[in-house]
Amino acid sequence: MLVYSLKRIGLGILVLILAISSLYMLIQAAPGDPASAMLGPRATPALKAAITEKLGLDQPMPVQVFNYLISVLQGDLGTDLKSKQPVLNTLKIHLPRTLELLGASVLVAALIGIPLGSIAAVRRNSLFDRAIGLLSVSVIAVPAVIIAIFGMLIFAAGLGWVPAIGAGEDEGLLSLLHHLILPAIAVGIGWVGYIARLVRASMIEVLSANYVRNARAFGLPERRIIYRYALRIAVAPTITVIGIGVGVMMGSAVFVEIVFARPGIGKLMYEAVLLRNYPVSLGAVLAASGVLIVATTISDILNALIDPRFMESGE
Amino acid sequence: MSVTETNPPAERGAFLDGFLRLMSDPMGAIGVVLVTLLVLSAVFAGVLSPYDPAAIDVPSKLQAPSWEHWLGTDQLGRDVLSRALYGGQIALSVALISTALAVGFGVILGMIAGFGPKWLDNPIVLAFDTVRAYPVIILALAVGPIFGAGLNTVIGILVVTSVPYYGRIVRTSVIAASKADYVEALMAMGMSRARILARHILPNIIGPILILASMDIPVFIAAEAGLSFLGVGVKPPQSSWGLILDDGYKFIRQTYWLVIAGSVPLITATLGFTFLGEALRDTFDPKLRRGV
Repeated sequence: MLVYSLKRIGLGILVLILAISSLYMLIQAAPGDPASAMLGPRATPALKAAITEKLGLDQPMPVQVFNYLISVLQGDLGTDLKSKQPVLNTLKIHLPRTLELLGASVLVAALIGIPLGSIAAVRRNSLFDRAIGLLSVSVIAVPAVIIAIFGMLIFAAGLGWVPAIGAGEDEGLLSLLHHLILPAIAVGIGWVGYIARLVRASMIEVLSANYVRNARAFGLPERRIIYRYALRIAVAPTITVIGIGVGVMMGSAVFVEIVFARPGIGKLMYEAVLLRNYPVSLGAVLAASGVLIVATTISDILNALIDPRFMESGE
Repeated sequence: MSVTETNPPAERGAFLDGFLRLMSDPMGAIGVVLVTLLVLSAVFAGVLSPYDPAAIDVPSKLQAPSWEHWLGTDQLGRDVLSRALYGGQIALSVALISTALAVGFGVILGMIAGFGPKWLDNPIVLAFDTVRAYPVIILALAVGPIFGAGLNTVIGILVVTSVPYYGRIVRTSVIAASKADYVEALMAMGMSRARILARHILPNIIGPILILASMDIPVFIAAEAGLSFLGVGVKPPQSSWGLILDDGYKFIRQTYWLVIAGSVPLITATLGFTFLGEALRDTFDPKLRRGV
C-alpha cells in the first residue's frame, strides 16, 4: 500500500512538472510574442526587447522551461498586471473560494447521488428505479451554465431564497454557507446523476456477489448487508469518478462563479482573459491543474485503501 | 472468413433490427426524434431562417416573441430564431468534427501505445496523463485568446483534451485483444503487426469506442456553447447558442427571452444526444454500461 501510494504521488509530481513545462512551451509556441502580448498597444521595440530579456525569452527553450519550473517552485508566478501584486497573492485570495465551491459540490453530489443510487439498486426495476435512471441522465445532460442562470433567475432573483451574487466571505460562516447553496447545487447536480448511476450499477453487482449470498445464508439482516458491507464496496468507483470529475467540476465552477459573481479561480481567469492579464491566467491554470492532479492522486490512493484490487488494475 | 467480412443483406437486416430495438426503448425513441429534428433544422437553417442571422436592426432591439420574430430579437435587433437555427449548424459541426478527430487520433495513439514498440508505451501514456491534468474549460480560457478565439481554436482544444480519453481506452482494449489466441496465431503465421492491428484488432474494438464517442457529442456541444458564452469560442457575427445565452445573460434585466432562446435548443441538443447515446450503448453494447 505504501509503495503504491509513493508511486502514485511520484507520478502525480512528474505529471505536474510535465503539465507546467508543456503549458509554458505551448504559450511560447503561440503566434505573436509574449512581450507584445503583455505590453499590448504600448509595445515599442525598446520595451519589447527589455521585457524579452527580463523574462529570459532570448534563452534556449530548455533553459527557459527549467528557469520557469524553478521560479514556480519558489512560488514566483509573475506579477498580476492589474493589481501589480505577485500572482501568488491573487491566487491565494481566489483559490480557497473555488475549493470551497468544489468541496460543497462534491458533498451535494455524494449526499444526494449515493442514497438515490443505492435505493434504486435495492428496488431494481421499480418505478422509483426507472425515474431515478431518467432523472440521472437528464441532469447529466443539462450544461452547468444553464442550471446556474436559471437557478439564479428562479431561486435568487425570483423567489429570493438565496443571495444572487457574491460569496458572503466577510459576513460569517452562515452567510458563507447561504451564498454557497445554489452555486454548489449548480455545479454538483450533474454529478448526482453520474454518482447515482454508478452506485446503482456497482451495488447491483456487489449484491449478487458470493460473499453477500454467504452473509444472507448466515442470516445477517438485509439492512446490515446493504449498508454495512455492500455500500462500502459499491461506493469505491464513486471516489474515482469524483477524482476525475474534479476537472469537469472546475469547468462548471467557471460558469457558476461568473453567473453568481463569486470570487474564485474561474471568475479570476475570465477577468484576466478580458484584460489580457496573462500571468494571472497562466497562474490560474497551474493552480487548477495542481488541484486536479492532487484530487486524482488522492482518489486513487483512497480507492486502493477501500478496494486493494484497484492497485493491480490501476484505473 | 475474416473477422470483418459480412454478408450485405444480413448487415442491412441487422441494421434495421438494431434501429427497431433502439426505437423500442423510450429513451432511444426520444433521442432519435430530438436529434433528427436538430439535424434537419441545422441542415436547412438557410431555408428555415426568416432573416439573415447577422442582419442588424437596432430600432427593433430586444423585442419579445411576435409573429414577425418568433423568438424575439437581441440587443442589436437581430432575429433570434435565425441565430438559433444557424447556431445549431455551428454546434453540430464543432461536435462532429471534434469527435471524429479525437477518436481518430485517440485510436491511432492508443493502438501504437498498446501494440506498437514497447518503448513508446510509457511516453504516450505519460503524455495522455499530462494532457488530462488540465481542466478543459480553464485551459481553453487561458489558451483560447492566445491562439485567437474562433471555431478552429474551439475544435483544437476539444480534440487535444479528448484524445487521451480515447487513447487510454483504445490502449487497454488493444492490450486485451492482443492476448487473444487468434492474434497469436496470426503473428505465428508471420503477419505484420500493423496489418494485424488494422485488419483484425481494430474492427473488434471500434464498436464500443464509437458508442462512447456518440456519448461525447453532447459534451462537445455544451463545451462549444460554454466557450462561446465565455468569449473564447465562436465570434460574432457568427451565431452560437452560447453567444445567444451570453447576450441573454448580459441583458437579463431587460428580457428573459434571449436566455430562453439560447437555452432551449442547447438543452434539446444535449438531452437528445445523451438519450440517443445511452440507448445506443444499452442496445448495442450493454457491457459498457458498468464502466461509464
